[in-house]
Amino acid sequence: MKKTIPLLITFFIGLSLILAVFIPPEPFHTMNREFSVYFDIIAVFAFILGGGNLIRVHGNRIYRKTGDFKYSYVTLIGFFATLIIGIFKIGGPPGIQGEVMAEGSWFRFIFNAILTPLTATMFALLAFYVASASFRAFRAKTTEATILLTAGFIILLGRTFLGHYLTSWLPDTLSFLEIPNLANWIMAWPNTAGQRAIVIGIALGVVATSLRIILGIERSYLGSED
Amino acid sequence: MSILDNLQNLDRRIIFLFIGLAVIVPLIFNLTFPEHPTPIVTAIFDFVESLPEGSVVLMPFDYDPSTAPELDPMATALMRHCLTRNLKVCTMALWPEGQGMANNIFTNVVEPEFPEKVYGIDYVNLGYKAGAQGLINTILLNMRSMYTADTRGTPVDDLPLMKKVITLRDFDLIMNFSAGKPGSKEWIQFAGDPGDIPIASGSTAVQAPLLYPYYPSQMVGMMGGLKGAAEYEAALIEAYPQFKEQTSIATQLMAPQAVAHFVIIIFVIIGNIIYFTERKKKRL
Amino acid sequence: MNLSPLELTLNGILTLMILSFLYKDNPFYKFAEHLFVGVSAAYWMVQGVWQTLMPNLIARITPGLVSSFMPEAADRAPEYHFIIPALFGLLLLTRLLPKGNWLSRWALAFVVGYAAGTNFVRYLQSDFVAQIQSTMLPLLVLRDSGGIDIGQSFSHIVLIVGVFSGLVYFFFSKEHKGVTGSISRVGIWILMITFGASFGYTVMARISLLLGRMQVLMRWIEQIFGIF
Repeated sequence: MKKTIPLLITFFIGLSLILAVFIPPEPFHTMNREFSVYFDIIAVFAFILGGGNLIRVHGNRIYRKTGDFKYSYVTLIGFFATLIIGIFKIGGPPGIQGEVMAEGSWFRFIFNAILTPLTATMFALLAFYVASASFRAFRAKTTEATILLTAGFIILLGRTFLGHYLTSWLPDTLSFLEIPNLANWIMAWPNTAGQRAIVIGIALGVVATSLRIILGIERSYLGSED
Repeated sequence: MSILDNLQNLDRRIIFLFIGLAVIVPLIFNLTFPEHPTPIVTAIFDFVESLPEGSVVLMPFDYDPSTAPELDPMATALMRHCLTRNLKVCTMALWPEGQGMANNIFTNVVEPEFPEKVYGIDYVNLGYKAGAQGLINTILLNMRSMYTADTRGTPVDDLPLMKKVITLRDFDLIMNFSAGKPGSKEWIQFAGDPGDIPIASGSTAVQAPLLYPYYPSQMVGMMGGLKGAAEYEAALIEAYPQFKEQTSIATQLMAPQAVAHFVIIIFVIIGNIIYFTERKKKRL
Repeated sequence: MNLSPLELTLNGILTLMILSFLYKDNPFYKFAEHLFVGVSAAYWMVQGVWQTLMPNLIARITPGLVSSFMPEAADRAPEYHFIIPALFGLLLLTRLLPKGNWLSRWALAFVVGYAAGTNFVRYLQSDFVAQIQSTMLPLLVLRDSGGIDIGQSFSHIVLIVGVFSGLVYFFFSKEHKGVTGSISRVGIWILMITFGASFGYTVMARISLLLGRMQVLMRWIEQIFGIF
């Protein structure tokens, strides 16, 4: 019951979606359409699950006073304030009937003034770390590393005006050696070749794994036996 | 301690300071340099130029504020291009934050610069729906399975623009702005290939190399990162000079980008000099 | 993006709080980090509820309940088969329960089965067949005016050899010796060029994100001090 029914569900859903591609008429067309809508709806419950888990983890931290539990208050206050403002569409002109992200609404304010700078700056930090990591770790120790480094330098220079100014003096017959042209060529041909090999390899892996999941050979998504 | 020893044990905060200065100083001086569009970007521009007036373009905003510096300039330039060419624009999002990004483009670009364009007739915001590639699969078959109303609550059947749009196949171009998964790859896999719909991509520089295998047979063209945005802006300004003042956000950022790249290259070279010097010392 | 003075001020303050981590971990960074976690989780939930759950589930099962604030549901007849995804969704939430959380496997099975079923065909079509098709290019490209286009021919050869040798490198069930080893070595070099290109683009991306934040900070400083 604990594993048999989920395996049957996976088999039925997976097989019907594959058959829907090759047998367009009913009932497979309807199954394809309706299962897709069901999937989209279940995805929202995953967000609710995430929110519930957040409340559980941080609530637990506050209750047990472990770690940085004082900051868990910040998380939960931010969470509930945003949730209440958003769900009830509090503040701003349109109210419950209007758009949740309407101009002038409190939810839009939270997006512009709180979520945007926090999300953006978290990722902006990476610029500093990529420079630090490049200085510490990027060594041309082997032939392969040297090739990687050379390609990286050509791209870094070629995608800015520096590449143009460094090699614009080359005659027209050697224009293919200008750094921007080299950078474009690297992206269009060797990079495409390598990426394509990776894409084909991944595709074969995904196909094999999908088949194993549908046939019930791969069961790791069901978790451990309990 | 020698200079090399000092450099080897360099506090990373010094590196952070150099990167910060490399970015801030050129921004203060506001230098700009001319951009030359590459074929992969020009392909999108030419395709949009070739669309007849009244064609419907879908713009999925599949990114969040973290990648807005790269993708907002692309979205802005494309929005200006499409509305100037009198194409109809329909926006949606596979990312929850994407709806907010689309709203900002409407508020800051469409409404002030194109007051003659009417919401519902010339442009529509369908908003975010959950489901990622499942959503694409759903709306490939029937848009109304998921989109019953736009973000304002107006039923889709009451929007004149949506009257002739029943499935994804009714769009003449899907111009996707993508920061990761779900994004351009999923649009190609679940809409472009099965539905034979032209897909163009504006993607972050992290994702751009991964999308090259799909060009040109599965993707019309691609703008990769800030450089791609700057190239599209250059193409737009050349064809429509009236946008010269406002359509140069990405172009203005290319000078600080170049300086920062140069600083990182110098750091890598210094790091390698240290490494080879140390190796030589150990061998002696 | 046009921001009000209050929005710009909050943008500036929160940006500096996160950037303070570059010096060292501190209470300001921790505050901003924890705020980010809470606000983003709630944002996703709100968008999910209003953009998908309400119009595509509640409004379909009980349109009369929501028609007062969702006019598009006013003339709709109930579609009771949407109780199925509602049940699966509720089963997913049982994951939070100390006992009975095995019921969430049924919902997971649906999600995983759907993903496996759709990915099977899509990856085969777009990432396998189409990619091989795109690799079938002429080794010798002829100009319209006659003669061989050496540049284009060389590029095609690089692509074909690169894809083939890259795939040989990934073939781990045969030892990479002799001819296989040589081809595999070429594959590694092509992959190194690929990774170098990815490195260059990744650096470009990260710097771009920092540039965006610096612009906002400069606008904030301009608002306060009138410089820039």
